[in-house]
Amino acid sequence: MQTESQSVPADQLATLFRQFLAVESVLSREEERRPYECDGLSVYRQLPLLVVLPETVEQVQRVLRICSEHKVPVVARGAGTGLSGGALPLADGVLLSLAKFNRILGIDLQNRCARVQPGVRNLAISEAVAAHNLYYAPDPSSQIACSIGGNVAENAGGVHCLKYGLTVHNILKLEIVTMEGERLTIGSDALDTPGFDLLALLSGSEGMLGVIVEITVKLLPRPEAVQVLLAAFDDVANAGDAVGKIIAAGIIPAGLEMMDNPAIRAAEAFAQAGYPKDAAAILLCELDGGQQEVVTQVEQVKTVLQDCGATEVRVAASAAEREKFWKGRKAAFPAVGRISPDYYCMDGTIPRHQLPKVLAGITALSEEYSLPVANVFHAGDGNLHPLILFDANRPGELERTEEMGGRILDLCVAAGGTITGEHGVGVEKINQMCHQFSSATLQQMHALKAAFDPAGLLNPGKAIPTLHRCAEFGAMHVHHGEVPFPELERF
Amino acid sequence: MIQQNIAQELAAQVQQAFAGKQPLRITGSGSKLSSGRAVSAQPLEVTKHCGIVDYTPTELVITARAGTSLQTLESVLAESGQMLPFEPPYLGKDATLGGTIACGLSGPRRPYAGAARDFTLGARIINGRGEILSFGGRVMKNVAGYDASRLMVGAQGTLGVLLEISLKVLPRPVCEHTLIMDMDTGTAIAVMTQLANFALPLTAACHLPATPQQTAQLYLRLSGTEETIMAAVTFIQKQLQKEQQTLSVTEKKNGDGQADAFWQDLRERRLPFFTDANRLWRLSVPPATPVFTETLPGECLLDWGGAQRWLKTDAGADTVQAAAQKMGGHATLFDQEGATLAPLSPALIKMHRQIKTAFDPEGILNPGRLYEGL
Repeated sequence: MQTESQSVPADQLATLFRQFLAVESVLSREEERRPYECDGLSVYRQLPLLVVLPETVEQVQRVLRICSEHKVPVVARGAGTGLSGGALPLADGVLLSLAKFNRILGIDLQNRCARVQPGVRNLAISEAVAAHNLYYAPDPSSQIACSIGGNVAENAGGVHCLKYGLTVHNILKLEIVTMEGERLTIGSDALDTPGFDLLALLSGSEGMLGVIVEITVKLLPRPEAVQVLLAAFDDVANAGDAVGKIIAAGIIPAGLEMMDNPAIRAAEAFAQAGYPKDAAAILLCELDGGQQEVVTQVEQVKTVLQDCGATEVRVAASAAEREKFWKGRKAAFPAVGRISPDYYCMDGTIPRHQLPKVLAGITALSEEYSLPVANVFHAGDGNLHPLILFDANRPGELERTEEMGGRILDLCVAAGGTITGEHGVGVEKINQMCHQFSSATLQQMHALKAAFDPAGLLNPGKAIPTLHRCAEFGAMHVHHGEVPFPELERF
Repeated sequence: MIQQNIAQELAAQVQQAFAGKQPLRITGSGSKLSSGRAVSAQPLEVTKHCGIVDYTPTELVITARAGTSLQTLESVLAESGQMLPFEPPYLGKDATLGGTIACGLSGPRRPYAGAARDFTLGARIINGRGEILSFGGRVMKNVAGYDASRLMVGAQGTLGVLLEISLKVLPRPVCEHTLIMDMDTGTAIAVMTQLANFALPLTAACHLPATPQQTAQLYLRLSGTEETIMAAVTFIQKQLQKEQQTLSVTEKKNGDGQADAFWQDLRERRLPFFTDANRLWRLSVPPATPVFTETLPGECLLDWGGAQRWLKTDAGADTVQAAAQKMGGHATLFDQEGATLAPLSPALIKMHRQIKTAFDPEGILNPGRLYEGL
């Protein structure tokens, strides 16, 4: 959906905003706008026209009404930790930061839920209710920094999704403001609502349907017992096999993570987690539940792992050792960042049994492009994060990396999977959407957006490609990556 | 006819209806006619589009055509020791997967495992233009594009004709025990609220009101391994003692026909409580909502740990709706007219209309099934 900005001068717009926003909440000087030029995917940068930081819902409504009136596009932003460029600003657009919405508004222990503002950090929710033995389940690896509003916009996951679900499974209610400035309540304090399931639709809609200004999240009681096993394999296929066999045994682990050798080496060098550096793959399996239940399941899983040819199986002897096992996995991304000037993180999901085939495909691509890859895998739910190592300072290497990344995603789609499991499409994977969905389906998604935002002003150009764009992308593929229409916007 | 042709044939019928602005009534087995408002339009028969498309048990995902009978689907899953975790009500022995998802109904396990929408991963549909579209996928984690597959759950066919659905499935628990204890409603709400603060293997909690033959009773279902359940039973007994509840607990183990039948009858709304009601309210409220007989006099059965309350009352519809809303929830009336959903705010109804138009511009799919004009 192309927007036609009437190009209101930035200073005029800033004056309008300053009628109801504090001077320091409207950022117009270049050095003030600079920190907002990118999100967690920093290879894409764009200075916004203006940055506004409202602190009340009424102010958000007024900002959106003014932007609607003047046909100025708006990009909402939480903590800016997103990995797909979903919060990448537009040159002619306003960047709407929700950073000042950082309060926990209420905790209802009886009904085990919390009402929070969108700028509250994910981990801060669990910290606030820890004394009551409760927590908020989704735990994306950026949970120290990422905000709950962004989590809803991306339908964020984490390492415990197989058992505890994604963001969509762990929220009850949203307050949103539409691009036209109208406030809507989506969902309720009960378990369901009459009418269409707009709560599910808003989850993962990448800030394109409405601006989320309040969230009611579900809280869960902490499990009584937790245990972690670490298993080493000399063959990635055996590790993949073990994952299927654990599930076939009727066990749903709280977390089930796989790393391949390059990822193990990087993580070990960085975090000294005690990982076996020569292993082709390791599996981390977290089990939780009642005391006795966990003891029994640990024995069952141990047997499965050994039967699948694990060369070593360790059971954490203490809470400290459990932490240590996880430390390497959680540090995998920064660890890879240390061994390579840059890395590019992919996010496909595949049916798990396709893992050996997809990994072989990635290895072949790695050789073809002469770019090393480290693989980190949420094995329980099939979400694969290949990290392509590259050096952006070498001319052409970023472009080759992006192309290779696109081909990895094509592999995932061909295997019956998806181009993004939890990071979102944003600007990054918009071309691959053309491969995953038919034109009719993409058109339907555009119509759905228009139902919320008829003028197409809210985060335009993200997540859903235009058919025109897909046609060009198809042509691009034929020409082996030579972009044939350089004048087209390259989000 | 091969299945692909059936889908094409259905799409052609919708295209024709779109061109002629002819409303259609999507017809499965007819088991859930009372879950919405009556639609008077030409029927579009969808049950022939059936069969399981893909099922690899270790992937925990099943994909089946919408006309597949729920019974077939559940027995295929059971053969591999798996189940639909949302324990769908059938409301008729020939219930189909499509109707189950379209109505978005979930059984007693819902608050502990999740609802029909939580397990829906992808859907292939025909929109109101007669176009075949695919949303979501066959994997558990997928954020590509808008989640229009979950949007179909509970839309009762007003946004699209369901063709194929992918669902997440889970292993069946090896054991199930049911605890039954005499208890009044207020205490039962307090006990359920208290127990929900602990990670127990609870998978259903229901409170039955007193009848002339029977005192009021709380039913709790625990699922998992034998040892997990035993530990939980001990824990629950201790908690009850703390609350100074000296009571006798009847424990029924799985395989006990009576206990299994109870949960099935609750799911199917076949318990005596339901059978003599020709005007029944369903209140969906926060689980710890206190007893509300003062505002809404009548008999009340609690399911979903208190979050779903079935009410027989003479109170007027406006009174019930206002009370439910004040509690943070909503109410649905079931009577001879079918189901009447709680009214939506003007802003929300406007949004619903716009979404309906986006999928079904001529308003031909199950018009009026959910609300007037939708």
